[in-house]
Amino acid sequence: MTPNTTPKRELRVRPIENGTVIDHITAGQSLNVLRILGIPDSSEDVVSVVINALGKHGKKDVVKIENRELNVREVDKISLIAPNAVINIIRNFDVFEKKQVVIPEHAEGVVRCINPNCISNSSEPVTSKFTITSVGGRISLRCEYCERVISENIATHLL
Amino acid sequence: MTFKDLHIISMKDFSRDTIDHILNTAEKLEPVARGVEKSDLLDGKVLSLLFFEPSTRTRMSFETAMIRLGGRVLNLGSVEASSIAKGETLADTIRVVEGYSDAIVLRHPKEGSARMASELASVPIINGGDGAGHHPTQTFLDLYTIRRESHLDGVKIALAGDLKYGRTVHSLCYALSLYNAEITLVSPKELRLPDEIIGDLKRRNIKVKQTDSIEEAISDVEVLYVTRIQKERFPDPAEYNKVASSLLITPALLENADPKLKIMHPLPRVNEIDPRVDESDHACYFNQSFYGVPVRMALLSLVMGALE
Ligand SMILES: Nc1ncnc2c1ncn2[C@@H]1O[C@H](COP(=O)(O)OP(=O)(O)O)[C@@H](O)[C@H]1O
Ligand SMILES: [Zn+2]
Repeated sequence: MTPNTTPKRELRVRPIENGTVIDHITAGQSLNVLRILGIPDSSEDVVSVVINALGKHGKKDVVKIENRELNVREVDKISLIAPNAVINIIRNFDVFEKKQVVIPEHAEGVVRCINPNCISNSSEPVTSKFTITSVGGRISLRCEYCERVISENIATHLL
Repeated sequence: MTFKDLHIISMKDFSRDTIDHILNTAEKLEPVARGVEKSDLLDGKVLSLLFFEPSTRTRMSFETAMIRLGGRVLNLGSVEASSIAKGETLADTIRVVEGYSDAIVLRHPKEGSARMASELASVPIINGGDGAGHHPTQTFLDLYTIRRESHLDGVKIALAGDLKYGRTVHSLCYALSLYNAEITLVSPKELRLPDEIIGDLKRRNIKVKQTDSIEEAISDVEVLYVTRIQKERFPDPAEYNKVASSLLITPALLENADPKLKIMHPLPRVNEIDPRVDESDHACYFNQSFYGVPVRMALLSLVMGALE
């Protein structure tokens, strides 16, 4: 009989050597963040997710990805659904760089227009373009082609 | 601001000063539009008309505007007979046709099509209507009509009919807000102006009243702008008939109106205005459609760089 030596389970995830920690994600949005990053469909990265962690300002989600740094387009998309997120680049187990996401003023090819009759949803060779405004933490995107505004469920319209 | 090579896509791109300049230019060209004076301002210039949807007034008034100024017009002709039937994209069509023209007028069923075209073309694109989107040359001619037949600054105007879906009304409201108009909205509740537009107007300190009674509205306005109510908007034909007859403009209704009241309609009308009203001094919808000519002459001369 083996003695019960299993340590008490810890909720902490193990440290990563190199990669990215996306911290302060709006609680409940981490799965959308994974979708933006193409995880797991188009990636083999090792990922851990913490949902509803207690942060300084209430609940938050955290996503940790090994051996991957994010590109500008990914960070722009994340900013639209988690405007307070902080991107920490981890190198050699330490936080090498820490950046608060910034909501861009323009977003190209990031969101699909909700107007089915918009030229950006046709077979024309045209990339969707939005002008973004954020008033009191409420983000809205105005299509630069048809002027339709998206302000709800932005995650469902991400390309 | 320089007009040469400017695209005309949405009223929101224009300030009051710019609009005034366009209307002043139209006024100078009015004798040419009437055929009283001759002009060769656009001699040697070519305008292409790409109409992917039917049109009488917009297409023909652009043609006559161009011809009266000594220019020539190229027509896409029927979509069925063109390469579009073979699946050519609008983007490619624009890049081909710009090589044949000094400016392009585009009417297309998709919202934002004119904006896309303006990103691709080096010649000016004039939006002749993009689906439920914009139709700025209509708004320019509406403003010109109000100015010529009444007055624009602080005008008391009632907008009646389908205020929900009518794109002409939406751009006109926006433009009127630049002129401190007092706006009365007359429509059945199903077809009221969208709240976001009313909100925009109020934020610009525009006085806006809403009513469903045309009698109430008419006693106190200088201009009555009537739009068509489309039968298709009503699932029940009886409901359509009720609404349509409650907004009908008749000689009897006009007995209480200001003698200087002007009635406008973007046309085509179905039966919003009793034909007996046509004879009265109130009616100015046929003048309005004529004013599309000097206004489009002004826009063409400015964007082609023939006038400053
Ligand atoms: N090597 C690592 N592996 C995994 N997570 C890490 C690593 N280093 C830092 N983190 C996590 O990255 C986030 C940012 O770290 P840190 O800058 O220390 O905290 P804070 O932003 O709260 O001041 C925290 O959620 C922390 O737990
Ligand atoms: Zn759009």
